[in-house]
Amino acid sequence: MALSRLSLRSNRFLRPSTTAAALPSSIRRHVSTDTTPITIETAVPFESHLCDAPSRSVETSSAEILSFFRDMARMRRMEIAADSLYKSKLIRGFCHLYDGQEALAVGMEAAITRKDAIITSYRDHCTFLGRGGELVDAFSELMGRKRGCSNGKGGSMHFYKKDACFYGGHGIVGAQIPLGCGLAFAQKYSKEEFVTFTLYGDGAANQGQLFEALNIAALWDLPAILVCENNHYGMGTATWRSAKSPAYFKRGDYVPGLKVDGMDALAVKQACKFAKEHALKNGPIVLEMDTYRYHGHSMSDPGSTYRTRDEVSGVRQVRDPIERVRKLLLSHDIATEKELKDMEKEVRKEVDDAVAQAKESPVPEPSELFTNMYVKDCGVESFGADRKELKVTLT
Amino acid sequence: MASLLGRFCRKLVVPGSAHGSRMVSTTSCDSEAVKSLNLYSAINQALHIALETDPRSYVFGEDVGFGGVFRCTTGLAERFGKNRVFNTPLCEQGIVGFGIGLAAMGNRAVVEIQFADYIYPAFDQIVNEAAKFRYRSGNQFNCGGLTIRAPYGAVGHGGHYHSQSPEAFFCHVPGIKVVIPRSPREAKGLLLSSIRDPNPVVFFEPKWLYRQAVEEVPEHDYMIPLSQAEVIREGSDITLVGWGAQLTVMEQACLDAEKEGISCELIDLKTLLPWDKETVEASVKKTGRLLISHEAPITGGFGAEISATILERCFLKLEAPVSRVCGLDTPFPLVFEPFYMPTKNKILNAIKSTVNY
Repeated sequence: MALSRLSLRSNRFLRPSTTAAALPSSIRRHVSTDTTPITIETAVPFESHLCDAPSRSVETSSAEILSFFRDMARMRRMEIAADSLYKSKLIRGFCHLYDGQEALAVGMEAAITRKDAIITSYRDHCTFLGRGGELVDAFSELMGRKRGCSNGKGGSMHFYKKDACFYGGHGIVGAQIPLGCGLAFAQKYSKEEFVTFTLYGDGAANQGQLFEALNIAALWDLPAILVCENNHYGMGTATWRSAKSPAYFKRGDYVPGLKVDGMDALAVKQACKFAKEHALKNGPIVLEMDTYRYHGHSMSDPGSTYRTRDEVSGVRQVRDPIERVRKLLLSHDIATEKELKDMEKEVRKEVDDAVAQAKESPVPEPSELFTNMYVKDCGVESFGADRKELKVTLT
Repeated sequence: MASLLGRFCRKLVVPGSAHGSRMVSTTSCDSEAVKSLNLYSAINQALHIALETDPRSYVFGEDVGFGGVFRCTTGLAERFGKNRVFNTPLCEQGIVGFGIGLAAMGNRAVVEIQFADYIYPAFDQIVNEAAKFRYRSGNQFNCGGLTIRAPYGAVGHGGHYHSQSPEAFFCHVPGIKVVIPRSPREAKGLLLSSIRDPNPVVFFEPKWLYRQAVEEVPEHDYMIPLSQAEVIREGSDITLVGWGAQLTVMEQACLDAEKEGISCELIDLKTLLPWDKETVEASVKKTGRLLISHEAPITGGFGAEISATILERCFLKLEAPVSRVCGLDTPFPLVFEPFYMPTKNKILNAIKSTVNY
């Protein structure tokens, strides 16, 4: 009976091949604690360059898929909340939202440890959350409060989390790429078998520094995984208008590459697992994640002048990462619709509470303007209007 | 004399406090056809004229095709075609390098860097290639047709990477020119001069004024000479020197100082490299005091160069040390922007303490 329900419910995007433990629907276990392995096949095959693609069968479990759902729902909710906070001017500056791309953040986390390093661009809110960042720290940072993960001094583009080896958020396009390869360089010296995932976008893929970093990483066999988050638009410019070769996974030339359906959290997990093993043995590899962002480039960009609303809603209907996982959970009887809706409600409340808590955090002290430029006791003097009276020397 | 007339010939609306109080100085206009334009429209007009008058001129950069993120290039691609106005991929070093190459073949390349904060990948090309091309080839080759435009400066909420004022880095490079307009009318004339100047020019546009500053701008083709500073307000007690958006803040400080009986002379430098030393020197010899103000951090800012030069030239005429009211020596902050900025009150305090030295 379970099998027939499966075939009724599954659609053409999900083809579960084997269920290691097929339980009749009359006996249903607690969804969140079941770690019995399940194998799911990815909908889209991997495309590879100079390497053998990993298998399409991904090993996972009910607990994991459920955690994907919860984490992605949380990320989605956070980004939507950030949108309205920005519109009500509580978040100022620039705000680049990640909704649509959540599968990348959760899939990657599932494949690696918190000792592997991640470094990314300015679209970093969800990556921060994936690394174990707290919602309240994220919102505080967005609003420039003391409680923020960077003490309120970084803002939207500069989230960091040292204890989770999250080397942040970078405002300058592509600048994080050589930096990430440098992290991998250090990891190679430490011999602890950890890798660095360096994320960049399709816009940054045309920066010279990417190719410089690729060359050095390949020359020195660094455990660097360069992940191109191809959401098809560099701000307002489509990939076909900015890249001679939009096959970003092949642009490493002598560096192997893999193209992955970035909207499928399981495919992302498989690819990252494969990439980590590869990088530890053979040096750098490029992963191209085919993904999509629903919002414009930033909150100042409506996102509709360079693409049609039909395109955006089309992707939302057919490829939305959260919906895919929801369908998976329902078709495998891991959770009911009501349970998932309840989970989403919980997540929503979590986010609302975090926002409220963040709003209460004060802004950093004015003296914080001068701290952390140099190490303590190197001293920095700042001058008042006439430099004769106001001298703030930091010890 | 013509510049004196020009100075009185416009209606200037400037940004006031964050709550939008405005200050308008109206004077009579002469017979030339003028139109009320904001800064990005004035720049847009200048670009239209530049492309119209020279068939071998090109405008390119990131996203300029649809009009650019600040709308400075609106209508250009439609009017002059995609062969002359086009988008580049995201690579500043490539953009400037290409511009130098085009210019080296006798074309005019008007290149846009989307934010001055992103100009650093191109720094090598500008400093090592553009600035030295004529010199090292013994005048066989040059890239004088190159003009690099970039929006610079604070915008209220820009943070580290959308607010920087990097002019000081470029003022240190013999071989290029650095030009910064203060208003729409100035911008159009200065940009046309920069594009037509036979030397590579880096043209910084104060992004805060793109929409905020509205002025009567003549519709015809006109140029404002480079390397000529302008005394925009006459006074006798102290000379203030600035450029770009900072001038509006300084002007307000001057008005406040006047209420306290201090007569301030305000000079717009316009071109920072090579800068008009004579005008500033003449003014300081008259007033005996100098105050420089800029948004960039104080240490190593261009104010230091002005201070040192004036000290050399006017030492015996100075009644007080040269005062610099500038950004603080920190990265451009996000939440702390109001503390960082050289505000009207900081300038006013400095004026008073300099005058009362």
